[in-house]
Amino acid sequence: MQKIIYFLIRNKNFILFLALLTVSLAVNFNFNEYNRSKIMNSSNFIISSLYEVKFSVTKYLNLEYQNKLLIDENLKLKEIIYNSKNPIEISKKIEEMDFDFIASSVIKNSYTKTKNYITIDKGLIDNITIDNGVISSNGVVGIIDKSTSNYSRVISILNENFMLNAKLKNSNSFGVLSWNGRNINKVQLKDLPKQVDIKIGDTIVTGGNSFIFPKDILIGYVDSYKLDNSENYLEVEIILSTDMTNIENLYIIRNNNIFELNSLDE
Amino acid sequence: MNNFFSHTFFGLIFLIFQGLFLNNVNLFEWLNPFLYIYFIVYYPLKNNRIIFILISFLYGLIQDFFSDTHAIHSAACLIIAYFRPVFLKLYFGMAYEHQVVKFNSVELNQNIFYLFTLTFVHHLIIFCLEVFDFGKILLILKNTFFNSLFTFFIVYIFYEFLINKNKFS
Repeated sequence: MQKIIYFLIRNKNFILFLALLTVSLAVNFNFNEYNRSKIMNSSNFIISSLYEVKFSVTKYLNLEYQNKLLIDENLKLKEIIYNSKNPIEISKKIEEMDFDFIASSVIKNSYTKTKNYITIDKGLIDNITIDNGVISSNGVVGIIDKSTSNYSRVISILNENFMLNAKLKNSNSFGVLSWNGRNINKVQLKDLPKQVDIKIGDTIVTGGNSFIFPKDILIGYVDSYKLDNSENYLEVEIILSTDMTNIENLYIIRNNNIFELNSLDE
Repeated sequence: MNNFFSHTFFGLIFLIFQGLFLNNVNLFEWLNPFLYIYFIVYYPLKNNRIIFILISFLYGLIQDFFSDTHAIHSAACLIIAYFRPVFLKLYFGMAYEHQVVKFNSVELNQNIFYLFTLTFVHHLIIFCLEVFDFGKILLILKNTFFNSLFTFFIVYIFYEFLINKNKFS
């Protein structure tokens, strides 16, 4: 017994080292998968407050570019409204709409890793929950991954664990969108049937098969395509329409019927 | 003791500076220096080993919270903290074993090798754990090598100003 205690005391550094290493590796391996990384993240109160203080200063540096983005978006929307032959009917009351939109700002963004996350300044208080979609004025950005009362973390489209169903505009062939971790301007669309009529420069939009995003939200444009290894499906390289290195104003999409829709699945 | 407090103070400053600013340097859209390892690399040589290991782990953990990585930084910090004496022995040799080494009076080439090795090991662990895909070994090596160089230069500049300052006076 005494020998064991002496042994432990003599090797206490090594034992501590092993114990801590086990803890950190266990955390790393367990939380590497999508939607399981709940413990360690930057949406907790202390870290987020620090990020927010920093953001309150640095946001002024980027105002011009962000203003331009918003004005461009407004112009586009106005063109659609005033040029359409049959004016858009606002028949439904706001409470009856399928999707709510909530505006928010990015307080932390990363894009150099293979698993990137974004932290935004809206949380449970603003009715944001897990699996809400997030878009910028130019297209899809990510999906809410975790919310605390004032902040949320978004799993970025530039994250190897991110998956989304997407399709070619004006067609009904779906594929799975993911990112291979190499180029921050390009994502990959896999499992698209090879019969589909595809050209370089075609628009890729969200499929609407999930409850997260409405149909037909812009993702990007076809850059190149080739047959995959099985030679039955196409693998498409897509240039993202959103500049992920410079995002600030985001919209969060909340599906009002999500509970009803989810109850069907059970 | 004074040395120890000023080192801890700069360590904390670097930690926050790293989390808020250096993680967003994104030079050429993929290079980021990890200045915060300065704290571990140049931690005073006369120390309580077990406390040093614990502190390094916690130090990396805070960095993990900042950058949304899952215990990657803590694992890397822990490993370089635990194996630091090995590298000290390797590069400073007898002087280290007789406890006469001080970081403000080491030779330039020994210091450069020591700093670069620790930086490289740290970055290698970070990128291996982060990418975690053996098929992307080239991506890991590329990221490790260039980020290490970047970190090395930044840490070395701070070393010259903070520890080696007697040269200027």
